[in-house]
Amino acid sequence: MTVVHSAPKTASNEGVLDALSAALGPMLVAAREEHGEIVLTVARDEIENALRLLRDAHEYQQLMEIAGVDYPSRAERFEVVYMLLSLTRNHRILVKVNSAEDTPVPTVTTLWPVAGWLEREVFDMYGVIFAGNPDLRRILTDYGFEGHPFRKDFPLSGYVELRYSEEDKRVVYEPVKLAQDFRSFDFMSPWEGADYVLPGDEKAEGGKP
Amino acid sequence: MTMQLEQSPTTGDEVITNYTINFGPQHPAAHGVLRMVMELDGEIIERIDPHVGLLHRGTEKLIEHKTYLQALPYFDRLDYCSPLGMEYSYVLAIEKLLNLEVPLRGQYLRVLFAELTRICNHMLNMGSHVMDVGAMTPNLWLFEIREDCLNFFERASGARMHSAWFRPGGVHQDVPLKLLADIADWLDTRLPRLFEDAMSLVIDNRIFKQRNVDIALVSREDAIRWGFSGPMIRAAGIPWDIRKSQPYDVYDRMDFEIPVGTNSDCYDRFMVRVEEVRQSARIMKQCLTEMPDGPVASTDRKVVPPKRGEMKQSMEALIHHFKLYTEGFHVPAGEVYVATESPKGEFGVYLVSDGSNKPYRCKIRPTAFSHLQAMDFMCKGHMLPDATAILGAIDVVFGECDR
Repeated sequence: MTVVHSAPKTASNEGVLDALSAALGPMLVAAREEHGEIVLTVARDEIENALRLLRDAHEYQQLMEIAGVDYPSRAERFEVVYMLLSLTRNHRILVKVNSAEDTPVPTVTTLWPVAGWLEREVFDMYGVIFAGNPDLRRILTDYGFEGHPFRKDFPLSGYVELRYSEEDKRVVYEPVKLAQDFRSFDFMSPWEGADYVLPGDEKAEGGKP
Repeated sequence: MTMQLEQSPTTGDEVITNYTINFGPQHPAAHGVLRMVMELDGEIIERIDPHVGLLHRGTEKLIEHKTYLQALPYFDRLDYCSPLGMEYSYVLAIEKLLNLEVPLRGQYLRVLFAELTRICNHMLNMGSHVMDVGAMTPNLWLFEIREDCLNFFERASGARMHSAWFRPGGVHQDVPLKLLADIADWLDTRLPRLFEDAMSLVIDNRIFKQRNVDIALVSREDAIRWGFSGPMIRAAGIPWDIRKSQPYDVYDRMDFEIPVGTNSDCYDRFMVRVEEVRQSARIMKQCLTEMPDGPVASTDRKVVPPKRGEMKQSMEALIHHFKLYTEGFHVPAGEVYVATESPKGEFGVYLVSDGSNKPYRCKIRPTAFSHLQAMDFMCKGHMLPDATAILGAIDVVFGECDR
């Protein structure tokens, strides 16, 4: 596929996937190149070693971001994605590990101090535990917040709301009361994305109406 | 003859313990809602624990519940000082997933207004930085330039700040010719006059230098380890600018220089921004001279809605218009990380699509997050009032930091 978009152009991906796959060896679980991004999935317990190798031997000096993603249907529902940048080779890669609620991911604060807050954010939003992070507190949510708001099963409106109470002269927390139900419109065309069977479609399968 | 010293009631065997103060969340120098728990030894900072998240609005979660186009205005509200810089990463991420071509005029317009945004952002930052360390006048003068910028945004998009003008596939509407002429005029006359005037008050000012030179020195290695980007990493002497090394849109056609610092202190960070304003003006002038005629957005009707005039005339355009503003377009499944050089540094968007009309996950990489994390080590051993200078030189906006 020819590239016609005008997103940032890094150094060529050519050969990088094979070279890094060979270098990571048994630590690697999966590797692919898609949409011009190199995505390497490594074993969870090896993430620190894998990133150290990428940093020291392959010039990926900077850790720009750690993102969490939630796929509730998977056995290990969380993905933790590390975005690495090479200043000298002018290249970016994504490194991933899979994790569940009760399987800690080794911290990379030993490699980059910047990972401290980034890991705190993933912990706060998804509840992924980073073993060895010296300061794994919540970071973005309120003091005393409960739950992990970016999980797919956490409602958009949350569970509590707060207001200033004139009687108590302080801010009080109450369960969320919505004056109107949250509206989520289904704009999917029935022949594209519907997950229900259209009336009459069952006949096509050969079944009796 | 021996002199009898007066007995001090405080010195002697008494141990002076460190004490802790709260900086913010409502503090004029905190640039928004930052709370820092500071441990002080006298007036020397021993430790800082920044508490962020007081402006957390769950933008990333909200985006998961909106179509790609509906999610765009949330980006204006991240860094409200440089809204178009925020939109830029997002539209490029969508275009990368779609592999969508943007017409040349659209690309030029985006670069032009991204640079105008940079000037606009730096005016606010430099003004407030100067004010944080004690000068009033330059701030007022720089706000005059900022006001001009906001007027230009209004004439292009209808909104002074929350433009929502960059769209997947180009920009929303073409600009009037008079606007381009006025910008060219402004770049030649008002901007250099007002800007250089204000800078002449600051750059060689003795007090400004005393407050900034040799404050918060960061080595090259530390700048890399702490994930610095933008003016912060350039001030540390690393010539890293995504516009230059990983050019997007028509930046590869632009001729501009990247300023770097030599000493890596707050003064260098300020001076890098000063030079960036001049370079931005240079890029804008090139955009204005080279900009071709033509469409400003992709003519792929499955992504970019038709204009209203066309919609009133053609049935097919009406259908496209309706479908794109209700269902929106579908983006092929996959994941991309796209980072652009926003005025504050690397602003990235990690977009995961599941093939539907809504993003499955949209992780926003704010610039201020990693810079603010370094506050603790940058401030250690400095005086309490230096903290405001360091914070001013980071250029932090909490809409972006807390998302």
